[in-house]
Amino acid sequence: MFRAALRLSVSGARSLTRSRPQYTASVAARSYSHGKQETDEEFDARWVTYFSKPDIDAWELRKGMNTLIGYDLVPEPKILEAALRACRRLDDLASAIRILEAVKDKAGPHKEIYPYVIQELQPTLSELGIPTPEELGIDKA
Amino acid sequence: MLASRALVRGLQSGFWRRVSTSSSAWAAHTHDVDVIDCSVPQYNNRLDTPLPDIPFVRNLSAEQKKLKEKEKGPWTQLTKEEKLAIYRLTHELTFPEMKKGSKEWMTVLGGIFFFLGFTGLLVWWQRVFVYGDVPHTLSQEWVEKQTQRMIDMRVNPVHGFAHKWDYEKKQWK
Repeated sequence: MFRAALRLSVSGARSLTRSRPQYTASVAARSYSHGKQETDEEFDARWVTYFSKPDIDAWELRKGMNTLIGYDLVPEPKILEAALRACRRLDDLASAIRILEAVKDKAGPHKEIYPYVIQELQPTLSELGIPTPEELGIDKA
Repeated sequence: MLASRALVRGLQSGFWRRVSTSSSAWAAHTHDVDVIDCSVPQYNNRLDTPLPDIPFVRNLSAEQKKLKEKEKGPWTQLTKEEKLAIYRLTHELTFPEMKKGSKEWMTVLGGIFFFLGFTGLLVWWQRVFVYGDVPHTLSQEWVEKQTQRMIDMRVNPVHGFAHKWDYEKKQWK
């Protein structure tokens, strides 16, 4: 239900809407003309697995994160949680904060997405001691 | 003439001096170099690439190294200033700073208007001081006589010039 709140598939491209969940099933993203289309759950699971690798290295974290930000969607909080934990394993606080900044930027004009993501991530942020950009005062130029 | 040649010479020696410096020395600088070593990963500030290839500050001072060591422990023990310092070590600009934009467009527009105005001055000067007198056939007296002759000749009497003259009332219609 929350996933549906985050995604609305419009002409095959993933993008987000303002209104709260009115949509039923999540719709597949890529509009291939043939072949199996990956569902939202499969996409999420794939990325969570990627970031959950115990011995992930810094390059893989950067590559994964930059690729994920390249997609036309805001990542689910569970993917971001896995990414933040990967930052912890790599002792990289700066990247953790940067990821939060990037999520806010990805939401674009949909201002309600970022507070929701932070709310979902709050237990992880408190546990790991990751400050939000607002707490550090870097959310304003 | 000599001054410009000396200027060019100075520029050239500066250029060659930079290129001959070893690449490792320049790779250590990640801010404001004239000649970039493209054979190693570069730092960049990009919204679509949140995690850059290399950290912004490569050569850490002693206290920066201590901070990095502290980062390996629980992050809950870091103060806000330390967390901010760690962020700034790896990243030059925050997202809002990247998106800020500048006031350069005002300078550009101002420069355009300034040079348009300067060109206008040049054009006025040329009109006043370069161009000679207009031909005498454009003088008021000549044009009056010419117009009267055109009316007498009935130039374009159907739709044009003489058509607009009222021959009874001896005035323009």
